[in-house]
Amino acid sequence: MTAIPPAERALKRSGFWMAIALVLMVGVYVRALAFTPEEATQGLAQKIFYIHAPSAWVAFLAFGIVGVCSAIFLFMKDPRLDLLAASSAEVGTVFTTVVLVTGPIWGKTIWGTWWTWDARLTLTLFLWFIYLAYLVLRTAVEEPGRRARYSAVLGILGALLVPFIHLSVYWFRTLHPMPVVLRPGKPELPGTMLLTLLGSFTIFTIFFLALLARRYAWARLVDARAQSEAERADASR
Amino acid sequence: MRSVLAQAWAIAAKDLLLEFRSRTAFLSALVFTALVLAIFNFARDPTAVSAVDLAPGILWITFSFAGMLGLNRAFGLERENHALDGLLLSPASRTALYLGKVVANLVFVGAVEAIALPLFALFFNVPLLPVLLPLVLVIALATVGFVSVGTLMSSMAVNTRFAELMLPVLMLPFLVTPIIAAVQVTARILAQRPFAELASWLKLLAAYDLTFVVLCTLIFEFTLEE
Repeated sequence: MTAIPPAERALKRSGFWMAIALVLMVGVYVRALAFTPEEATQGLAQKIFYIHAPSAWVAFLAFGIVGVCSAIFLFMKDPRLDLLAASSAEVGTVFTTVVLVTGPIWGKTIWGTWWTWDARLTLTLFLWFIYLAYLVLRTAVEEPGRRARYSAVLGILGALLVPFIHLSVYWFRTLHPMPVVLRPGKPELPGTMLLTLLGSFTIFTIFFLALLARRYAWARLVDARAQSEAERADASR
Repeated sequence: MRSVLAQAWAIAAKDLLLEFRSRTAFLSALVFTALVLAIFNFARDPTAVSAVDLAPGILWITFSFAGMLGLNRAFGLERENHALDGLLLSPASRTALYLGKVVANLVFVGAVEAIALPLFALFFNVPLLPVLLPLVLVIALATVGFVSVGTLMSSMAVNTRFAELMLPVLMLPFLVTPIIAAVQVTARILAQRPFAELASWLKLLAAYDLTFVVLCTLIFEFTLEE
């Protein structure tokens, strides 16, 4: 063994990015808790916003990546795209879970109930179900080529389903706080809070990309090992 | 285009003939539907909730469960003796195969719905005749939507472990939009509300149908072996 194989090098590199992202995350929390003013009516409960909202953004971003990778996969048939989609789905599921856990904690204090069938809550719940269906489907298909095609088909359909679910549950009813940053006119948020929020969005995105890179590098490594083992088995025969 | 439709029809006719000869799936779906409708009656407190308030939801839960049973059958049928390989070797295109399966499933689910609807009217004491036409329109729109997605899903689900369980896991998120829209429209139709109150839901259903029929037709071939 002389040179480190590329898959292992990628894993090492992703570890470096993870470390940076984790340090930045600590920075976000310190800023959110110590250097950002408390919201007048919601008090301390509002602090969870700096985890909840960026996680929600990342959850949907991750599914966007699943959809795009799936669509390109069906044309190019590059197994790396399948691995990337699968990695993104797995990391996205974690962030969706974070959204679904932090949401009710905030909801209990502010809305007075752990759960309500509010539109965005319902949408996130179903995003989570689509993610789970995607991951379950992957475990239920043995053959890698077929698994890749099936998951790509579900990835594309799922990405298209999200806007439909959004519209139908939105029309059903909603009581979520209306958008405070991305809306027509000026953001309705004091400067320091806005800065913390935008910072947390950026850093959560970096954190997500680092996790994704690490999960992907890991998937590549497992793949490469399986391949070299298969080759060795062939050679010894 | 013409030949694709002819092939699709041939495949649908084959499926329906098979079903017509045995009738096992159809009869069991029918009995299942009747049972669900009957059992749902005990899911409410008759003194607190009137049947009409609950009726739209019951109707659509029943239809979608019955539909799922029918969808499992579509490709399960082709697994025996590798019948699917025979279909793929035939000159029929893959688009025709998908459309044929969709048509057969629509007829199957539609037939179950056609018998379940009067039963539903009877059990829940809902006067259907004055609102039959708009109701049939909604049922058709929602059914086309979930059957087109479900046919594609069932062609994948049959090749997975725990196929019977996999289909609902894949399918149910896709039922959210058709069910919400159909329940909303059905409730308003039963309450004889003006058409303007249904229009946007109907548009949503139509957009859903269009999106998924086109998309599923295009990507169906990827669920088959190369």
